[in-house]
Amino acid sequence: MDDNVQSIIVLAHLSSLQKSVAFISSFTRNVGFDSRRLSEIELCVEEVLVNIFNYAYPGESGEVKISCRTGPEGTLTIEIVDSGIPFNILSSDDPDISLNIDERHIGGLGIYFVKQLMDRVEYRRENNKNVLSMINKSVGVSRPVDK
Amino acid sequence: MEINKRKEKDVVVVSVSGRIDAVTAPDFEKNLSESIGDGEKTFLIKMNQLEYISSAGLRSILAIAKVLKTREGKMVFSELHGPVKDVFKISGFGSIFTIYDTEEDALKQC
Repeated sequence: MDDNVQSIIVLAHLSSLQKSVAFISSFTRNVGFDSRRLSEIELCVEEVLVNIFNYAYPGESGEVKISCRTGPEGTLTIEIVDSGIPFNILSSDDPDISLNIDERHIGGLGIYFVKQLMDRVEYRRENNKNVLSMINKSVGVSRPVDK
Repeated sequence: MEINKRKEKDVVVVSVSGRIDAVTAPDFEKNLSESIGDGEKTFLIKMNQLEYISSAGLRSILAIAKVLKTREGKMVFSELHGPVKDVFKISGFGSIFTIYDTEEDALKQC
């Protein structure tokens, strides 16, 4: 079976968010993920992109390449590549979600969602680029949120 | 995202529909901040028509909640469902905020 791959390149700016999420949604829906899983994937893509938009290219503009690929075993791989400053989201600390309103810090939740909701997340630095892969298996099967 | 506000006694009932993402979250925060500026202290955020919320939306909610706390105000929620309910659960927001099943229940308690 041939792999199905599609990609787009967008400006690393918040104005690219809706277009990028729409691209991912359309691809993901077509490969048969249910609406709940689709929503989780949209969320994680937004979180990764917004992080790049805000921090990858301080003081300058840059691009982000977003690719979707279906693999032979029903896996969906979303790869997000930027040429900005090196950043491995997997190395960031998780927020303390048990704190109350006063103590709770603003931030850190987006990356936490990615770690919690995607089946597998891989980061590599390659040719001066950050390459983040989010891999989800079992097309059409929703995973329960409770862990 | 669309926001409709109405007043039930002392409570501002905020119906938010569509998506609160990194693009729309600042508008949500600004809208509620304006009401706080007008002296409002109690908010019920109705989420029955909200389809999606990301961490940017939660950040806005937390920012507003912190401001309200300093003014002895409060913000509660009702009718969370689907992905929004899941996001509240994973983030712990479901534990730090009061969430009601219906608007009626919320208004009784406010």
